[in-house]
Amino acid sequence: MNLQLDTLLFGLTVGASVGFAAGYLGSLMVIEKMALVGDALSHVALPGLALGYLLNFNPLIGGFVFLFVSAVLIWHLGRVTKLSFETLVGAAFTLALAVGILIFPNLEALEEALFGDIARVGLVEALAAVAISIVVVFLTRAIYKKIVLGLISEELATSKKIPIARLNLLYLLLVSLTVAIGIQITGTLLVGFLVITPAAAARTVSANLKRYFLLSAVFGVISSVAGILLSSYFDSTNLSVPPGPLVVLSGIVVFAVAIIVRWRKKLAQ
Amino acid sequence: MGELSDYILRVTNLGVNLQNQVILENVSFKLRRGTTLAIVGPNGAGKSTLFRALLNLVPYTGKVEWEEQVRIGYVPQLVSVRDIPISVEEFLSYRDGADIGQALAAVRLEDKGVVDKTLGVLSGGELRRVLIAWAILDNPSVLLFDEPTSGVDVGSEESIFVMLNDLKEKKKITMLLITHDVHLVKEYTNQLLGLNKCITFFGDSKEIAEPALQQKIYGETVCLHETRE
Repeated sequence: MNLQLDTLLFGLTVGASVGFAAGYLGSLMVIEKMALVGDALSHVALPGLALGYLLNFNPLIGGFVFLFVSAVLIWHLGRVTKLSFETLVGAAFTLALAVGILIFPNLEALEEALFGDIARVGLVEALAAVAISIVVVFLTRAIYKKIVLGLISEELATSKKIPIARLNLLYLLLVSLTVAIGIQITGTLLVGFLVITPAAAARTVSANLKRYFLLSAVFGVISSVAGILLSSYFDSTNLSVPPGPLVVLSGIVVFAVAIIVRWRKKLAQ
Repeated sequence: MGELSDYILRVTNLGVNLQNQVILENVSFKLRRGTTLAIVGPNGAGKSTLFRALLNLVPYTGKVEWEEQVRIGYVPQLVSVRDIPISVEEFLSYRDGADIGQALAAVRLEDKGVVDKTLGVLSGGELRRVLIAWAILDNPSVLLFDEPTSGVDVGSEESIFVMLNDLKEKKKITMLLITHDVHLVKEYTNQLLGLNKCITFFGDSKEIAEPALQQKIYGETVCLHETRE
């Protein structure tokens, strides 16, 4: 089934918005050494998506609610138990994956949730993605200096009355929002990629924060848009390839180019 | 409160317990404005915890009274900068409108071209100076410095103290320093606080040269329950 032009445009809008927001947010996650937290957190959406299919409401709302509640619970448990985010997210994501797979109504819906389905993206989803991405980027911009200061020294940040724990909660909520809208394009299995790889590529070629954050966001957009365009191309040749894996492959090309650029720079020094 | 006005800090019966362990107990001392206080003691004596209590970063019992309107600058011993691509300029511009050039000049880094460098590639001495520049950006009246020469090569240690002394003279900053270097304590500070969970010595820094006092501070513990100037 060939994609309609409007569906493709909506998909590209969502892809570019999510790519930008995920890349921007992910840059913080990579330097916080929490890249895999973003990846694992995305799977937590699965039971919420399943409930959406089962009870006939927008699965993305279910996915977001599950992500949001899980993020708050993980943050609270982290404070109470002093266990790391990685440990708690690791436990939560395997539980969510198991419950999600058990309650999904059929395999087709499960496949859609795991790998995304651009054909379901409409005007409302595209507008919501743009609005949410703008909010995410602005809020991240407002808190990133403080979070970075906390990464350099939590004592230094706390001595300046920066509420690191609350900022981390807000940050987790922003990750949940971004992941929830990204699921449409790449599915729960692959959305973590958009948080990790563009930032990792940007990290290899950046010597300051401004360049790092900007390149992370730009690489996120390039990966998403290239993946969706490739998927659309394959669709036109009657080869049905979901956009998620192609977004990942495009991002890996960007990552490889970044590594080559860095390598050449080192050789030139 | 009248007496407090002569002092920038008064600590009374300070105690800290963390995870059911006594880290500090019965710590009482007073500090006059403009003093440079060296805090010395063996590893695990509670020196860094004392700083955290003074900064209200850990729960404590007793009283910590800072002079009203005090502005505290803090330089921690450990910072994690290796994996963060943040330039010196970005780090120092954490506060909007801060005069970065002036802060770097105060720590004698203005001509070294460090502004565009990433924090992770600075030498130990340069990093310490940048941290001091950060701490003095909003003109503190007190500077708390945990191991000023941590990560600094032996030859540069004294230059950090000379620079701190210069800062103190120019900006009239009261300083509290945690250090292990006996020579630097003797030359660049004027009061000494020996700590090993409780106060083991409080007096003139010059006395650190006495082997008997060093034995008392770093060896067998004898607690003082009262201190005098």
